[in-house]
Amino acid sequence: MIRLERRLEPSRLWTVLTPLLAVALTMLAGGLMFALLGKPPLEAIRTIFWDPLFHPQFASYSRPQLLVKAGPLILIAIGLSVGFRAGIWNIGAEGQYIMGAVCGAAVGLAFYPSDSALLFPLMVVAGGLGGWAWAMIPALLKTRFGTNEILVSLMLVYVAQNILASASSSWLRSPEGMGFPGSRNFKQWPAVHNAELLPETGMHWGVVAALIAVIAAYVLLARHIQGFNIRLTGEAPRAARFAGVSPARIIVLCLGISGTLAGLAGLFEVTGPAGQVTIDFNSGYGFTAIIVAFLGRLHPVGILLAGLLMALTYIGGELAQLMLGLPGASIQLFQGMLLFFLLATDVFTNYRIRLSRREVA
Amino acid sequence: MGDTLLSIRGLTKAYPGVVANDDVSFDIGQGEIHALLGENGAGKSTLVKMIFGLVKPDRGEMLLEGAGYAPGQPSEARRSGVAMVFQHFSLFDALSVAENVALGMENPPAPRDLARQIREVSETYGLPLDPGRTVGTLSAGERQRVEIIRCLLQDPRLLIMDEPTSVLTPQEVEILFQTLRKLKAEGTSILYISHKLEEIRALCDAATILRLGRRVGTCIPREVTARQMAEMMVGASFATPEPRGGVKGEVLLAVAGLSLPAPGAFGTPLRDIRMEVRRGEVLGIGGVAGNGQDELLMALSGERLAPAGTIRFKGTDVSRSGPVERRAAGLLSGPEERLGHAAAPNMSLTENAVLTAARRQGLVRHGLIDWGRAAGFAEEVIARFDVRTPGPGTAARALSGGNLQKFVVGREILQNPDLFVVNQPTWGVDAAAAAAIRQALLDLAAQGAAIIVISQDLDELMEISDRFAALNEGRLSAARAVADLDMEKIGLMMGGAHDMEVAHVEG
Repeated sequence: MIRLERRLEPSRLWTVLTPLLAVALTMLAGGLMFALLGKPPLEAIRTIFWDPLFHPQFASYSRPQLLVKAGPLILIAIGLSVGFRAGIWNIGAEGQYIMGAVCGAAVGLAFYPSDSALLFPLMVVAGGLGGWAWAMIPALLKTRFGTNEILVSLMLVYVAQNILASASSSWLRSPEGMGFPGSRNFKQWPAVHNAELLPETGMHWGVVAALIAVIAAYVLLARHIQGFNIRLTGEAPRAARFAGVSPARIIVLCLGISGTLAGLAGLFEVTGPAGQVTIDFNSGYGFTAIIVAFLGRLHPVGILLAGLLMALTYIGGELAQLMLGLPGASIQLFQGMLLFFLLATDVFTNYRIRLSRREVA
Repeated sequence: MGDTLLSIRGLTKAYPGVVANDDVSFDIGQGEIHALLGENGAGKSTLVKMIFGLVKPDRGEMLLEGAGYAPGQPSEARRSGVAMVFQHFSLFDALSVAENVALGMENPPAPRDLARQIREVSETYGLPLDPGRTVGTLSAGERQRVEIIRCLLQDPRLLIMDEPTSVLTPQEVEILFQTLRKLKAEGTSILYISHKLEEIRALCDAATILRLGRRVGTCIPREVTARQMAEMMVGASFATPEPRGGVKGEVLLAVAGLSLPAPGAFGTPLRDIRMEVRRGEVLGIGGVAGNGQDELLMALSGERLAPAGTIRFKGTDVSRSGPVERRAAGLLSGPEERLGHAAAPNMSLTENAVLTAARRQGLVRHGLIDWGRAAGFAEEVIARFDVRTPGPGTAARALSGGNLQKFVVGREILQNPDLFVVNQPTWGVDAAAAAAIRQALLDLAAQGAAIIVISQDLDELMEISDRFAALNEGRLSAARAVADLDMEKIGLMMGGAHDMEVAHVEG
């Protein structure tokens, strides 16, 4: 009989090994899926994981895309991971991301066509505040009335999507847009355009913010007493209260951090790669970031790597659609498998498998 | 006595990394009350589980009245006439006594017959219990009676009792002993597991002592002293706490009119608590588990805030300050539940040192934790309190209960508290370590700190306290000098509500 035996301590080796094992299993199962779809599996996997970086023809286009896609994923996932560490499950980063973008863009557009150097920083602040405020709704409902933040934050995503729809089709719509939905294009407004900082790298302010967030989160969780309190709350809520940590403060702090970072990601996206507020500028980064956070083991450095990997599957997936005619949904399935296998292999971190004869314990 | 009922020969059971029982042999006579003694981790539970069919031995055999006995599961053991009362009850609060009893039986009789049988058994053995009452309304002692009656209905030849007195008042203990003696007179054998030596001396005919999985001795408890038995258990002699002299100083903590609603559906409200503790004094608080011990500790530690003006520490009202401020002022505490309350299971000992010592030991500067100093402090606790662990990087849950207890108590004591409130300081700790912890508490008091010890171990409280008070349903009795107390007075202080007279049988 196969039996799971709890380890005395979580295995360090498996903590590092499970993401790699999950990637390997995903490639295996993904390859099988591609084969069933009638596509050459090895070529498909190479197209997804290798070609975006090293293909002589496509790499020059797709390499910068790596940072463009990874930036917001990492920024959002870092915020989420801080909350997840405390056992606070913000599932609504997508909504906070949208609200950050809408608020930041609205503040900017209110000053159109100013070319003040202060405008972009002001928009950044407004974007962060927008995401923060949107996250404060589940935070306050949770601290006041004990509501479940998972449900509330998720529901608020749909509210945010409706606000985005109305913004892009009415109150933020470009007056010069010939009636088409969508705001003014920030790419044509140099004062606020979040352009590439170094040519051909994809590096924009959002990527810089993501890197700063990685370092800040690392210091917070590893060294700072507040980070310790956050981890303590997640590990043992009663012990945290005994230590003197207020659960309400941790809830507000964690949702605040994740909301702010998601809001910033939205603002950098809408003023940079997306260029304008449109009804569908948000490409689901807020949800994908949840996978990134877990794939990165809720550890800042892990998230940095996981964000790059996930960005790669996005770009490689697009390439595979183009080159091999793989259906778009199969790429999403591929990303889903990654999380599935990660959670499945995660069991080995805390348990070991024993083969034994049957025994009533 | 006379003939042997159960003969245990060379039982051995190994788990990965540990031999729980190594070649254990002893006999239990017919109509004998046989004590099984040993520290936590000595292998008592494993042995009993093998007898009750919960665990299969690797080697060795058992003979029940001369015939081979190898129960594959508890139901087989029950059919052979072996019954067991567990330390932790498995009863459903919402069901009646009779329904609970029926759930534990293989072929329960019709409800009316069962109720009659329960009444008969309870009257015969002096265990008053109304079969119609809802279990949720019963005291711990009454719940234990449900478990005992459930066993007795099966007419056992051997009754195994696992630490049965840990939840009872002295009066309830006396009643239980009468029942057990009556059973013995009728020829039932009893295997009695305990670490309360005086009890064993009062009750048992023979004792087998286990240490580290091996049988290290047998004795007739009446003929040896409790101390001799304890030394056999530990395998070494150990120091008894020294009696303290010393003058009591000024009042450090004054609690008056402290009432708090129950924290949850299963908590106990605190009702008009008042007490005073002076420097250099140890106040012992006894009471049956679940009478507000946890709640009192949380109110004193600051985890739950109290109404303004009810708790004064060093003359300042601290009722509305949280744990951090109270710690800064010198009021430290140690909760009962080690894993999850006093310590975070998955965090290292170093991290668990930061949990309460962050400010007082200067482990945090400008908001940043100095992990080097934190590890140093953890190492100091480990060394001073003889915590057996590979090092401060070990996760708290990897430690045995006793070792973790030494760590969490040591963590507070080494921070030099002015007032230390601790709940069950030696619960599950071996005798030598328990003596060391008690000595550390007394030393702390001798240095001028005030100590409040909440415990269910009356022997412990009598040994170290200057004054004693009892908690009963959230009320605290007036504290009295220990020197003036005897077991009867203590029993009365611990509460009329749990007395036998109240739980009389109706109809």
